[in-house]
Amino acid sequence: MLKYGLKRIFAAILAVIILITATFFLMHMVPGSPFLSERMTEKVKANLEKKYGLDKPLTTQYLIYVENLLQGDMGTSLQKKGRSVTGIIEEKFPYSAKLGVFAILLAISVGIPLGALAAIKHEKLIDRLVMLFTTIFISVPGFVFGTLLLVIFCAILKIAPATWTDSPANYVLPVISLSFYPICYITKLTRSSMLETLGQDYIKTAHAKGLSSFAVHFKHALKNSAIPVISYVGPLTAFLITGTFAVEKLFSVPGLGRFFVDSVSNRDYPVIMGTTIFLGCIMVLMNLLVDFVYGMVDPRIKLR
Amino acid sequence: MKNTEAQPKKVSLRLNPLSMHVNPDLFVPASEEEKQELVVIRAGTSLWKDAMRRFRKNKFAMVALALIIILILFAFVGPLLSQYDYDQFNPGQEDQAPNWTHPFGTDRFGRDLLVRNMYGARISLSIGIIAAALTLVIGSLYGSISGFVGGRTDNIMMRVIDVIYSLPDLLVVILLSATLKEPLEKMLESSVAFSGISELGPAFFSMLIVFALMYWGTMARIVRGEVLRIKEQEYVLAARALGANSGRIIRKHVLPNCIGPIIVTTTLQIPSAIFTESFLSFIGLGISAPLASLGSMVTDALQGVYSYPTRVVFPSVIIALIILAFNTVGDALRDVLDPRMKK
Repeated sequence: MLKYGLKRIFAAILAVIILITATFFLMHMVPGSPFLSERMTEKVKANLEKKYGLDKPLTTQYLIYVENLLQGDMGTSLQKKGRSVTGIIEEKFPYSAKLGVFAILLAISVGIPLGALAAIKHEKLIDRLVMLFTTIFISVPGFVFGTLLLVIFCAILKIAPATWTDSPANYVLPVISLSFYPICYITKLTRSSMLETLGQDYIKTAHAKGLSSFAVHFKHALKNSAIPVISYVGPLTAFLITGTFAVEKLFSVPGLGRFFVDSVSNRDYPVIMGTTIFLGCIMVLMNLLVDFVYGMVDPRIKLR
Repeated sequence: MKNTEAQPKKVSLRLNPLSMHVNPDLFVPASEEEKQELVVIRAGTSLWKDAMRRFRKNKFAMVALALIIILILFAFVGPLLSQYDYDQFNPGQEDQAPNWTHPFGTDRFGRDLLVRNMYGARISLSIGIIAAALTLVIGSLYGSISGFVGGRTDNIMMRVIDVIYSLPDLLVVILLSATLKEPLEKMLESSVAFSGISELGPAFFSMLIVFALMYWGTMARIVRGEVLRIKEQEYVLAARALGANSGRIIRKHVLPNCIGPIIVTTTLQIPSAIFTESFLSFIGLGISAPLASLGSMVTDALQGVYSYPTRVVFPSVIIALIILAFNTVGDALRDVLDPRMKK
């Protein structure tokens, strides 16, 4: 267990280091300077590059960056002058985090019961319908679904707010479009795992000793069937983080996802690197956490 | 199937059944006709015939296959039949709703949206298929070498895949496609060799490079697993004992037995690549004007979504249909070719 844990932690740290290094060098490989769009003399440009340390050799820049990073300093944005990257992340991330947390909660609270219901009513009409819809809709990308929601509720029915006012109503459509794919996935996952559990001997025993079918299904079967869902939380986090890139753009949420995409097209190196490293760390950390929780919840899964 | 235990019909019952007297009729040589009756009529089926038969039984898969053919015709033949071109401005016909001359309407430059959707679908399908082919080649080569050589080489090669897996893939894809765009642009402009394909733009190629770099891991793992499994099978041992060399074993035993999972993984790679392409184009990092991609068309149309909602709907629905059709066919192929992969 300890050996496995250390190995996993080591792999996670390695992933983060590779991410930082790859991001840094990729960003600096791009020809063209972030000041390209502004009209300035060579002299001003040289001064600006000096100010931001862009005139030093690449490896020196890298070492300086890593050193600052370890002290929690990700530099300052080149486009939004004077704003520190950490400050921007602090300001923007709460919106994205709220979207993500609500989406996870919605996905789990709809997906698990729906999957369980389909498994209990196996081969009945309701199971067929659930399977049909999840199979069809699992192929619809989140941003396509979000676009269609936008068309229906904002453009045609006009019942959803069209601009961002930070009211709870603003969160409804983005959260639904983010959680749409996870709902389908969790439903399928719960259904197949529940079907497997329902065939187990201890379920027969529970039925035989006269427990109500409610108790059997929800106390005995569902608890054990929900375990695979935990393993999906890791990929789910990654999915939601990248999902916010599109959904925030779609519904004009002032979150980190949209800001990241904008800074990629503006070539705002410090912001791109800071955000990539920040989001990448969240994903790596979630995967690590899921591995450990999974091992704890289900002792049969030996941590290799 | 014929009953193989054909009753001897000619037994004469004139004799006393208890008598030990042997009835000579029972020992008459069988006629040609009787011999034919003993032959099992059903012809042998190969894996492929059997798979095709079961695939055809799956109604969803057949509908999806028809849909794929329709979409391919739409994307590759459709533009030839239209009198408009995807980047042709039609002055005086701007911002039209769907009508008989422009079934999908026109955009603010008067470009025909039907043709633009066809081109978008063409780009999406091409990227999906080429990307799947690239991952097929890279992944199966890498995986089969890793599996066949084994030992320390295998171990190191698999750790490399682990590292690629632990990286957040879409973040890296976004970074790569943003950084590759400009060097490729320069390369395409400067070199004469690329003049024929340079109209596809740098984004098309940067995306292919990204897919080739990032998404071969799954294929490599599957192929390696299959090769490892097959290597240990008894029929391989038997072939070796009979004197077959490695080349023959790979050709005759390993390859045919892992072709199923390879086909399935390749088919399922297509929709996933199409998804990533349309996602990147949607957030503005993929294909851009004047070229049309389904994802970038959705983005372009979003600006006028309140006045012209249909412009958003057409490309969105086409993306969803393409991905759905390929996913359905891929799943059906998996059921047919590789039942073990089914969850």
